[in-house]
Amino acid sequence: MISITSKTDFRFLKKSFAVLFWILLWQVAAQLIGQEILLVSPVSVARRLIELTVQSIFWQSITTSIGCICLGFLLGVISGIILAYLTTRFSMLDFLFYPLLSIIKATPVASFIILALVWLSANQVPILASFLMVLPIIWSNLSEGIQKIDSDLDEVTKVFSLSKNRKLFLFYLPSVLPYFSAACTTALGLAWKAGVAAEVLANAKRSIGGNIYASKIYLETTDLFAWTIVVVILSVIFEKLILWSMKKILQKFNLQGIL
Amino acid sequence: MKLSVNHLNVSFGEKVVIRDLSMDFSLGKVTCLTGPSGCGKTTLLRVLCGLQAVGAGMVNNPFSVSFAFQEDRLFPWLSAQDNIAAILPGKRKSTRIEAKNWLKRVGLEGEEEKLPASLSGGMCQRVSLARALAADRELLLLDEPFHAMDAAIKKQCMDLIRSSSKGKTIIFVTHDLEEAEQFADEICFFSGSPLALGKKVIKKRTYS
Repeated sequence: MISITSKTDFRFLKKSFAVLFWILLWQVAAQLIGQEILLVSPVSVARRLIELTVQSIFWQSITTSIGCICLGFLLGVISGIILAYLTTRFSMLDFLFYPLLSIIKATPVASFIILALVWLSANQVPILASFLMVLPIIWSNLSEGIQKIDSDLDEVTKVFSLSKNRKLFLFYLPSVLPYFSAACTTALGLAWKAGVAAEVLANAKRSIGGNIYASKIYLETTDLFAWTIVVVILSVIFEKLILWSMKKILQKFNLQGIL
Repeated sequence: MKLSVNHLNVSFGEKVVIRDLSMDFSLGKVTCLTGPSGCGKTTLLRVLCGLQAVGAGMVNNPFSVSFAFQEDRLFPWLSAQDNIAAILPGKRKSTRIEAKNWLKRVGLEGEEEKLPASLSGGMCQRVSLARALAADRELLLLDEPFHAMDAAIKKQCMDLIRSSSKGKTIIFVTHDLEEAEQFADEICFFSGSPLALGKKVIKKRTYS
């Protein structure tokens, strides 16, 4: 008799083990070096993080950074969607925008940030930096998704004369959603990186980047690590939040088979 | 009103698929198109429902069309029930009830909420067939509708098509002559490619 048993999924445990392993390695390395200014120990970082969380500046900085980066991200997503639609619909526009988007993709974000410092205030630069990171990713992924829409299924919508609304919600959106979702998660991580880099270079007041800049000036390695961990945590939270909200919306429309 | 094609020509690049084909289809009957692979049978169905552009000639089809494609062509993100409900007019609640009834009629009761990926090929084909029948159009085009079905289910589906499409015109494509004999009122043989070559129509006895 053949019995098929499914292996228990230990993914969460495995992930936790991996995180613990690297923290342990970090602790060992910090102890071996023995100089907090070169490599701070995870225990010191955790202690500093706890200290920071009780300060109002910590929450103000987080709020400012979230606001700026999310605004840049949202603007990038909206513009990316509009551009992807227009450039796939009108090939002339594709030719027109292609060089511009290629330049945005290839130009180092630091160049944009320094240039933007001339035109914008320090607190507006992170918005632009995040926007410029997000726009080409959303645009190119979504364009690819639109171009790869299944023509066989498109014929089904024609034969059965589906209304415009049904075509949009039951066919076009589900077809491009995997591309959009992948683009969003990639772009969000980059938006955080570019946004915080912009805050550092612009020395934006009451922001995560501003605090990282201050820790660099005063050689506060513990603060630098603590704020960096905050950025990583926020980035992961927002990535999970986007995926979770997309899944919830899909469940509402009975389209959970997409993601 | 009649359903016909006159001096129809269809080519894919250099390849002529249909050359100067003229034929009238009997209304209210089941016509089977059969012939060797690649002779243009599917192309003719696509021409009749307006999915295929013609090079020359005339297509006269004043009827509303429903099509069960050779591949199931189900939306992979929709459940079996929602795949049928998607093409039905009306509110979601009522279309889902109707869709559920159609699934029951093709022997897929209990499979309503499954996605196409978790159904077998034959099951997907039955969902596709149920969708085509549920659309309730005047002309039903079926492209090898039974190819992934076993004998018992094939018979069940044939009976269902017959009972739910009384008085409607059905054109179906198959390679299986036995299937054509069993199901069609008229069989149109195409012995060569392009399609118009060697056309021979045989009137048959009534389906029982």
